[in-house]
Amino acid sequence: MRRPARIGAALLGLVGLLASAACSTQPQTNEKQTIKIVYQKTDSFTALDKVFKDAKQEFEAANSGVTVDLQPIQANDDDYGTKLALAQRSQDTAPDVFYEDTFKVRSDVDAGYLLKLDSQLANWDEWSKFNEGAKAAGRGDDGSIYAVPLGTDTRAIWYNKTVLQKAGIPLPWQPKTWDDILATARKMKAADPSLVPFNMYAGKGTGEGTVMQSFYELLYGTGNSLYSERDKKWVVGSKGFTDSLQFLKTLYDEKLAVTPADALDSNVWKKVFGEWLPQGKMGATVEGSYAPSFWQKGGSFEWAGYAQDMAVAKFPTQFGKDPGGVSMSGGWTLAVGAKTKSPDLAFKFLATAVNKKNALAFDVNNSQIAVRADVASDPGYQAANPFVKDVSDLVGVTHYRPATADYPKISLAVQQATEAVITGKQAPAEAAAEYDASVKKLVGDAKVMQK
Amino acid sequence: MPVPDSPYRGSLRRRFRLLPVAPSILLLLLFMLAPVAWSFYASFTDVALSGKAALNPQWIGLDNYARMLTDSVFPLSAWLTVVFVAVSAILGQNALGLLIALLMTKSGGATESFVGTAVIASWVLPEIVAAFAAYAYFSQDGTLNQLLGLLGVHGANWLYAFPMAAVILANVWRGTAFSMLVYRAALAQVPRDISEAALMDGARGWQRLAFITLPIIRGSIATNLMLVTLQTLAVFTLIWVMTAGGPSNASTTLPVLAYQEAFKLGDIGYGTAIASVLILIGMVFGTVYVRLLRRANQ
Repeated sequence: MRRPARIGAALLGLVGLLASAACSTQPQTNEKQTIKIVYQKTDSFTALDKVFKDAKQEFEAANSGVTVDLQPIQANDDDYGTKLALAQRSQDTAPDVFYEDTFKVRSDVDAGYLLKLDSQLANWDEWSKFNEGAKAAGRGDDGSIYAVPLGTDTRAIWYNKTVLQKAGIPLPWQPKTWDDILATARKMKAADPSLVPFNMYAGKGTGEGTVMQSFYELLYGTGNSLYSERDKKWVVGSKGFTDSLQFLKTLYDEKLAVTPADALDSNVWKKVFGEWLPQGKMGATVEGSYAPSFWQKGGSFEWAGYAQDMAVAKFPTQFGKDPGGVSMSGGWTLAVGAKTKSPDLAFKFLATAVNKKNALAFDVNNSQIAVRADVASDPGYQAANPFVKDVSDLVGVTHYRPATADYPKISLAVQQATEAVITGKQAPAEAAAEYDASVKKLVGDAKVMQK
Repeated sequence: MPVPDSPYRGSLRRRFRLLPVAPSILLLLLFMLAPVAWSFYASFTDVALSGKAALNPQWIGLDNYARMLTDSVFPLSAWLTVVFVAVSAILGQNALGLLIALLMTKSGGATESFVGTAVIASWVLPEIVAAFAAYAYFSQDGTLNQLLGLLGVHGANWLYAFPMAAVILANVWRGTAFSMLVYRAALAQVPRDISEAALMDGARGWQRLAFITLPIIRGSIATNLMLVTLQTLAVFTLIWVMTAGGPSNASTTLPVLAYQEAFKLGDIGYGTAIASVLILIGMVFGTVYVRLLRRANQ
């Protein structure tokens, strides 16, 4: 019995030796340094890729001996977040600089993925050019800054003027209440039953789009909110939550929005931008300020007529109460990885990527709202598309998501509630009750308050 | 002192014969067992993709398993997994594979090779390609509805209205070839003279099948059942591409749920707990089939 054991031990030893030998053949450290940049790139989102390519050239020219290794990830927002988080878990795969969604900042700071940037920012003269509201997007729970914003966005109603005109609706159109929206949508439907009069996303298919471009515009217009910043607690049992679900149910039940089957397709937004709005088959949709980036020259759904045909309206509050409109803001940032071996070099690259020239190019190409004062006042930015002023004005009525570490799970619970309602699986009150129960389960009773 | 003879020497020699395969066994342990062991371990922690639990995962004992009992989706998902395996693997792939194999031995010639090619074509496709093909077939303006349109029938939105039926049919389409090949080989082993003797005794076709052929290929049936069951339990890509588990979780089987929890929600601990349950289910099926197989071989 002994001998096989010994053979086994010897073999194990041999394998161990081979393994350790394989591991020790690391490249020798020489003057050549590499910093790794991870970001998102899709067929319809290449603005950032261009910025990073330009920044790489600029940076390598200014810092000889440093190589910038660009590693774009081809994925949608959800999958990008997952892939990035997986890469962060190991020293070997963790990036030096990466593109980070604002709502993940605090959660990822807790996970130890982001480097604290306070000391670097203190010595960076351009930091004062960023507006204060936007700076907060990269702030952790401890008050330190961990990420630098690239741009922000707002949400509005985008409507096709010719479609509304045909239905006899006076332009410019600005609904004052939710009932105004329904009344107008019903008029459009009556004029042309084949139309999708007023679309709002719902369900898990469109992910974060469901809450940012639909549900929160409703909820925050009822006077209720998802989270109480003052009490640091999640709000459950609010009438506003049920009312918002009821509004979506009405839209879908009366076939004023897309079919529930279309709504659950994660690619439905491509049809909204690429087919229904340009072809005059949709009256209006709630979408982000970045909408023109898809239609302008070089965008993925080029549409020369968008500037004439489309118009922007503020999303109204439930009964027209002040401030008369609701918008949501998000946006993305750049951050330095906590596992980086050369933090100063990484920050230097980050600073290059968000300098005035690159930030301007990104904001224009991606229809972002500028967060740098010098970019916002640049004539090139203001002339980027005909809607820059409309959507920038919405910053005045905008809301930000509660960027706590629990947020992504809560968001999914909200998406789930909208899906249950539009598919007819649950009535709004039932779906709201199930949401309340899942929130309590997710964050614990102590972090929940009853409205 | 007499040397204890052959049993010891024989076993030693047998052990030496294992030596050449030892590296592959080690690799198998490293790459198969290690992740399974890690997954079991992780299922007792709250390890996550982001947040504090990513930095310092805590040991939480059986909490993840307890959570399954109160989870509104898990019971549904476990049930859908059983339905998916029972209908698409045990009934669908297995029975249909046997039927096709039997018919092919009867038909022969051009029909045989035509049917064989058609069935195997779906099997040689990579899973992701097969999944997109199935999606293209069942989707709202897909092939099926276009064909129905030619007949003047307005087809339903299959993936939305009947998601489970669609993924089950897709899995049957994709996996039947495997069962068919197994049964073709098994039927070829059935001695002709026994069938002929039965024929002489006046046994009808179904009697020969039930009392002669099936008992003889019993071992192959058990092996095939085990393989298709385990393969089907693990099916993920097909469902993910076709329905992503929706609408409203109507086609969320356990692999889909585990993926959603672990990677969409970042809750690796809970995701691995679901995966562990899946492994246990696989082991239960495996044990049952191995028992059947042993009885068949006796």
